[in-house]
Amino acid sequence: MTYPPPPAAPPQPPGGPVVFDAATLPADDNVNPYAFSVALDGQWFLQKGKMIAYYGQIDFQGIGAGPLDRLIAENFHSPAHAADWVVAQGRGRLLLADRSYDINSYDLDEGNLTIRSGNLLAFQPGLSLKQSIIPGFLTLLGTGKFVAASNGAVHFVEPPIRVDPQALVGWADCPTPCHHYDHAYLRGVLGGIRALTGIGGASGEEHQFEFTGAGQVLLQSTESVLAERDTGAGPQPGT
Amino acid sequence: MATFRLQGTRVLAVDLAGEAVKAKNGAMVAYDGEMTFKKMTGGGEGLRGLVTRRITGEHMAVMEVRGTGTCWFADRATEINLVRLTGETLHVEASNLLATEPALRTGTTFTGLRGASQGNGLFTTTVEGSGQAAILSDGPAIVLRVTKQTPLTVDPGAYVAHTGNLRQHLQSALGWRTLVGEGSGESFQIRFEGEGLVYVQPSERTTIGGQL
Repeated sequence: MTYPPPPAAPPQPPGGPVVFDAATLPADDNVNPYAFSVALDGQWFLQKGKMIAYYGQIDFQGIGAGPLDRLIAENFHSPAHAADWVVAQGRGRLLLADRSYDINSYDLDEGNLTIRSGNLLAFQPGLSLKQSIIPGFLTLLGTGKFVAASNGAVHFVEPPIRVDPQALVGWADCPTPCHHYDHAYLRGVLGGIRALTGIGGASGEEHQFEFTGAGQVLLQSTESVLAERDTGAGPQPGT
Repeated sequence: MATFRLQGTRVLAVDLAGEAVKAKNGAMVAYDGEMTFKKMTGGGEGLRGLVTRRITGEHMAVMEVRGTGTCWFADRATEINLVRLTGETLHVEASNLLATEPALRTGTTFTGLRGASQGNGLFTTTVEGSGQAAILSDGPAIVLRVTKQTPLTVDPGAYVAHTGNLRQHLQSALGWRTLVGEGSGESFQIRFEGEGLVYVQPSERTTIGGQL
């Protein structure tokens, strides 16, 4: 009996699975689509609970910790999220992952990028973190690398574009989006009642974020939002 | 000789010619040929094993699959990793063990305080012998080598399994900051020293320690 080749054949070398050690783990690169290896020599900001393993001497300090005052003053401006972040300090290889979602790293060069807070895993201190005026989003300014998760692969699109709010991961360089509601849906008394009450059926696509200007918009391939979650709240029980 | 094959990364196909494999209860998704499924009370380790598992909380619902043909196993679309053992011992969480070849023995050992922080109890499941075992992970497991020079520290929620001659101890960095809610979120870590391999998953299960 023969079987068709599986859609995603595991990259299994003849000798079994790839074994990484402290020297062969990639430096500031993905280990696989779901995990990222940071070559730490100094400091990185991490969202709590995203570290899965490390080699070397690394310690984790809460954002409120005293010795980090200067770093925090320069790079962290989000009191609402302070409890969710820690600083990793030391030397070694640090593995990051988040609920087995896709992980990507991005480089900013004197840039700015706004991202849903639940999607951001870690960033270099060259970047400074600020709360966006859009609730639930964070803005990174400066130069450096950051690591973000998305449910499914990330797609880059250019404005002008209207996107589904749930599929939005973030945007770079372009002006802050505005809300857009379909005109036909709102028109007239009946439309108004529909829009307010949801009675009469709704396609669920009447409301979008509208982006204009020059820049990049990052989308994920699902409409389930990466909610911020308490650290340690894992996937389904049993795995 | 039962052969384990991965089809994709989330389905395990086992070819059987009359022998039996042990698998997680209810993990069969399809079979071809003649198969019988028998629930094994206490993980098939006899009365002593049953009592041990009950007492230690490493409860493992296992079935014995015997027959000729092919049987496919999967569990909640989680990733499956094959581990080939040649005489060494695999330590794995009971909930992460999908299937073992008949030549492998399973048992329970004391792991120390790690399990307590992990919410999985103080004990872990061991698999010994020669043959293949299939373990589950949420996202493809990453295999990390531990040497004498390079000890490894792992988040308890991301730990799946380990092999080799490793000593593990729980590191905790609890201080007054933890008590006032300024903890680092990484207060509990397991440190592995010695020589061996550690399997971690790119995801963290719910742990008591994860909150701190």
